[in-house]
Amino acid sequence: MKESRRSFLKIAGVSALGLSAASNAHAIGEYFISSDQAIKDPKVSEADRWGMVIDTRKLNHKINEKISEVCHVTHNVPSLPEKYKNHEIKWIWEEHYNHAFTSQPNEFQSEEAAHAPILVLCNHCENPPCVQACPTKATFKREDGIVLMDFHRCIGCRFCMAACPYGSRSFNFQDPRNGLEDRKPTNPQFPTRTKGVVEKCNFCAERLAVGKEPACVEASKGAIVFGDLSDENSEIRKVLKENYTIRRKPGLGTGPSVFYIV
Amino acid sequence: MSDKGKILAGVAIFAALVSFPFWYNTGTAKPAPELVLAPEAKAAGECILPKDQMAREHMQLLDGWRNSVVRDGQRVYVAENGKKYDMSLSNNCLECHTNKAEFCDRCHEYASVNPYCWDCHVNPKEK
Amino acid sequence: MLEKALTGSRNYWLWLAGLAAVIAVAFMGYLQQWEFGLGITGMSRDVSWGFYIAQFTFLVGVAAGGVMLVLPYYLHDYKAFGRITILGEFLAVSAVVMCMLFIVADLGQPMRAMNVVLNATPHSMLMWDAIVLNGYLFLNIIIGWKLLEAERNGVPAPKWVKILIYISIPWAFGIHTVTAYLYCGLPGRGFWLTAVLAPRFLASAFAAGPAFLILLCFIVRKVTNFDPGLKAMQTLMKIITYALIANVFFFFCEVFTVFYSGIPEHMDHLKYLFFGHNGHGALVPFMWTSMFLMLSAIGLLLFPKIRNNEKYMPFLCIMVFVGTWIDKGMGMIAGGFVPNPMHSYVEYTPTPLELLITGGVYAVGFLVLTILFKIATKVKEEVNA
Repeated sequence: MKESRRSFLKIAGVSALGLSAASNAHAIGEYFISSDQAIKDPKVSEADRWGMVIDTRKLNHKINEKISEVCHVTHNVPSLPEKYKNHEIKWIWEEHYNHAFTSQPNEFQSEEAAHAPILVLCNHCENPPCVQACPTKATFKREDGIVLMDFHRCIGCRFCMAACPYGSRSFNFQDPRNGLEDRKPTNPQFPTRTKGVVEKCNFCAERLAVGKEPACVEASKGAIVFGDLSDENSEIRKVLKENYTIRRKPGLGTGPSVFYIV
Repeated sequence: MSDKGKILAGVAIFAALVSFPFWYNTGTAKPAPELVLAPEAKAAGECILPKDQMAREHMQLLDGWRNSVVRDGQRVYVAENGKKYDMSLSNNCLECHTNKAEFCDRCHEYASVNPYCWDCHVNPKEK
Repeated sequence: MLEKALTGSRNYWLWLAGLAAVIAVAFMGYLQQWEFGLGITGMSRDVSWGFYIAQFTFLVGVAAGGVMLVLPYYLHDYKAFGRITILGEFLAVSAVVMCMLFIVADLGQPMRAMNVVLNATPHSMLMWDAIVLNGYLFLNIIIGWKLLEAERNGVPAPKWVKILIYISIPWAFGIHTVTAYLYCGLPGRGFWLTAVLAPRFLASAFAAGPAFLILLCFIVRKVTNFDPGLKAMQTLMKIITYALIANVFFFFCEVFTVFYSGIPEHMDHLKYLFFGHNGHGALVPFMWTSMFLMLSAIGLLLFPKIRNNEKYMPFLCIMVFVGTWIDKGMGMIAGGFVPNPMHSYVEYTPTPLELLITGGVYAVGFLVLTILFKIATKVKEEVNA
């Protein structure tokens, strides 16, 4: 008697599992748009490896502030009150030379370089440690070299923030709309983020998709050159050939795509 | 079995508790929601997918759009009829369906669905 | 056997009720975090991991410590441990449960946790960490349960349990190695980028886990009729001694490498922890306390007359446990993030709400531990009667 009741329960349990698995299988699959139905905008700017050269000689404190503001307004980056300094979100901002280039300490640095107004942002590395760390591929490297974030998939584990050697990433410790005036986006064409996800500069992927240049490049009035590093004939390659440039923490092997003329 | 009375009583109470949602809500069923098409939607004439398919599958479509836009960098959707649309909830769908409260929300509330899209995505009308 | 947890003395129920109360209050605290976001903690853009992850890191070690009972008994037939391997296994279950709860508490979007499974990413150490932790949990639950059941029925356990036990031994080393690999593969964090991190984690684990287990043995002696056996506890003390010496030795190796080579980026973190920087020195007293506790514990543990004495054992174990807890549960994480990649010093202090939620997770762990230990000791009491 006991044995058959136990085996009945076992069979019932397995069948229930099997039935529910079969009927729910389709819910787990992902919905993909087939390739003939998804295409790029005809105006799109494309590249094999996007990169940037920042000529700090053409920058100053005021321009840097403007660039930061333009980027943050374009992407609805919140500005939280001082008491939430710990929860600050920033995509591009100005740093002191010593903080930006920690692998180049020099107590006898030239006056100009020591006080150069360095703009720092995500370096969209060739070999990004953050992409290596992300357990869900919410942070991933696109074919065109941009290290992008999928905010829908991010679980907020902040492993990427620990992995980034440059401190480029910010986490939404609270609802970012708390830092937007009237909780309204500064740019309604672009979404905000929600609490619990990490964010950073996205090389204005949404602007490149329609043929515009990144907002910071536009606001820099020529101080920032943006282009395809793999195209030998591009303007950015010309600038790199003709000027001595440095990168942040190059010895780590991350292969940053942001170069600086100091 | 001397416990027969207790067992039957227990089963009766269990049955009553389990069927609570049904008998508590008798007579209060709401009619299916009436949706109001915004003037811009009426003017457009047709949606990206046929109406029934859209009603059933719009979330799957949006998920597909999301993967396409974010991960593949492809932002233009070619519909069955050959028309091209920007793959954007805020900048495309809501350009026609400008009355979220009378259109989207009505069915969502009826079906008790709480999409959290709006935590991030912007409703252009509520700028 | 679960019914054995349903009968107990008044103190047993008072203890469980107390734990339930702490869990309830902490859960309300967690709801606040759910509502506002992780901003209710003391974490910041610069110190993006804090108390939750620190406790997770420490408790993975405690869970792995159970292997110090299993290995000598199953691989080397050390009979004295036979009575208490079950306690090690159940401690591991409780510790891994706490680890997982701390991870969930730390996630910014916990409802999306399944994304780690749905979008498996083999090059991410977090995926492997999730796998090995879950694996270890199930291994210990199944092994512990089957062994206890067999003991109660007076029969040998099924043969396949032995296979699981043999798997669980390297697996225990694996869980803490993978956890160390989360940290020691990050190129931008000089404090963690050291090959000795995984060995150090293991050494610290094999000191902390058994130390806590010995404390639990004393409690078991007091509140139940089951005696874990003095010989077993004394052997464990020997193991703790060696493990603690290894832990401190590895730390001194780290200190030598960092300070003899003199590379500023690596020195800065240790300097911050032990000497502070420009007025930022919140962790200094804690780190020196930890060093003092661990070194004096070693000094005392070296003498058999002290180490084997039941009167001193609890105090020695508390010294070891607190010392290693400060080392891993406080210094390890903050030390990696301060100074930040741009050499600025932003300190971290947990908030009261953060500590409350932490306390709640610990309470859940103790609840699981109490229930499992109750079952185990009840079975052993009955068998020995």
